[in-house]
Amino acid sequence: MERDLRDAERSTELAGGAAAGTAGAAWTGFATLLYKELLRFWKVGVQTIAAPVLTALLYLLIFGHVFEDRVQVYGRLSYTAFLVPGLVMMSMLQNAFANSSSSLAQSKVTGSIVFVLLPPLSHVEFFGAYVLAAVVRGLAVGAGVLAVTVPLAPVPIVHPLWALAFALAGCAILGTLGVIAGIWAEKFDQLAAFQNFLVVPLTFLAGVFYSIHSLPAVWQRVSHLNPFFYMIDGFRYGFFGLSDVDPALSLGVVAVFLVGLSAITLALLKSGYRLRH
Amino acid sequence: MTAAIEIRGIAKRYGAVQALAGIDLEVARGEFFGLLGPNGAGKTTLISILAGLARADGGTARIMGHDVVADYRAARHALGVVPQELVFDPFFTVRETLALQAGYYGLRANRAWVDEVMQHLDLAAKADANMRTLSGGMKRRVLVAQALVHRPPVIVLDEPTAGVDVELRQGLWQFVRRLNRDGHTVVLTTHYLEEAEMLCDRIAMLKAGRIVALDATSDLIRRFHALYLQFRLEGAMPAALAPLAVESEGGRYRLRLADYADVERALAELRAAGCRILEMEVIQPDLEEVFVQIMRGEDGTRFAGRRAQH
Repeated sequence: MERDLRDAERSTELAGGAAAGTAGAAWTGFATLLYKELLRFWKVGVQTIAAPVLTALLYLLIFGHVFEDRVQVYGRLSYTAFLVPGLVMMSMLQNAFANSSSSLAQSKVTGSIVFVLLPPLSHVEFFGAYVLAAVVRGLAVGAGVLAVTVPLAPVPIVHPLWALAFALAGCAILGTLGVIAGIWAEKFDQLAAFQNFLVVPLTFLAGVFYSIHSLPAVWQRVSHLNPFFYMIDGFRYGFFGLSDVDPALSLGVVAVFLVGLSAITLALLKSGYRLRH
Repeated sequence: MTAAIEIRGIAKRYGAVQALAGIDLEVARGEFFGLLGPNGAGKTTLISILAGLARADGGTARIMGHDVVADYRAARHALGVVPQELVFDPFFTVRETLALQAGYYGLRANRAWVDEVMQHLDLAAKADANMRTLSGGMKRRVLVAQALVHRPPVIVLDEPTAGVDVELRQGLWQFVRRLNRDGHTVVLTTHYLEEAEMLCDRIAMLKAGRIVALDATSDLIRRFHALYLQFRLEGAMPAALAPLAVESEGGRYRLRLADYADVERALAELRAAGCRILEMEVIQPDLEEVFVQIMRGEDGTRFAGRRAQH
């Protein structure tokens, strides 16, 4: 091992180069890829942060206006207040997905993916950078949605750590799904299909706009099969201390889902599936 | 000393297409090596396997002694690749593009070095321009800079001058030559055979996934002795020379001859027939000629005979 490192160093000493193969070099590689992913969405912040915040605000104004006086949830919550955490979580999930999936799909379609495939980055570093950037984008959008909706519908945050745990796990799951979609999709319409037929229905049907207790029994059971339901229900518990299922159970389901998806994604990346032909 | 590039039995199949059918190749350190072949011969596939962009079905490849799969970090550190396609990331400026690329390879606080690379490639004036706004030639330079930004001892250029104007092409060759003089191993694929002839110490020719010729450039050309005698005449060419003609159009003729003695004999024929020569030129064989012959699966002498009978 030590000899390998010495050889590696010798091989790049031509121009006094970097210490190849060292942990420091690998860490810098990972940090740079993360920075690039953050810079990418930050540079088009109007589209990647402001636009989803505006969309969520419109949902709140319109649904709040229509249902505020007709619907109460958990017996005592106003509908608009109930809606806020759901909208925050939905925006976080969709944007975390959009970040990793569109970054990868775009660089695959344009060919600039070679710039991150040529360097000595491992599949773990690659995965970590894309998912972490997706989490940051998701949290940035979530914070924005919360900031503009709270003045309209004040909500308590009873258990902030629970809320944070679900926000982090939810964004990580969708960031991971985005990596899978990004490496699978060869064209933008395949990516759109993944988003429109999987991510959007699963989020909308996860109880963003309603408590599943308002559903017929059979649809309540179906909702329990949707992993997105646990993310939103658990996140909402962080705000109101009220939820459809026990938050510890939700966190368990979400954690298992995250670990499983991550394992699949890491295996795909390691195999070079649709990236290294 | 380990070779800069060592390829053993590399094979790769894409569906029904055998892209590479067992390639063995060694490129010594400091060499300027040419990889030639028609489209689809497997050049880019071979480069992709060296770079880790593709995975071989069989065989091994090493860069500076590092296996490209088992020891990919060290192998990729040692290799800089200029891809064939004019790709760029539209989100970033030239400086950002280069700083990010250096960072991926572990070079931190690389501003001074990035400035130096931009200086070398005449990119400094465009340092803060977005990649989208650059001309094709400038984008090509950025690609070269990206390949060099981690100071790799081995540099592979996959058709770097395709679609590049003459001035930039000359500039690029000068730059690549200097890199080679400074000790970098350079591997080049190109369609401009004249340039391969000018630049490369040694050449491998690929055809349908196999190496069909591998030799020092000068030896490769020397293997084909033929000369061309090209002239323009007032009146018709004597019938005796007709079998040697490879081209005859509107008073212009091109004869394929074995050596200078044949040139003398041909001139004697012309004199004897009372032809008046308006223009004349003796043309040495070049790499293009060799390439065409090898790709047709013919050697020099057979080729001369067959063409002469036309």
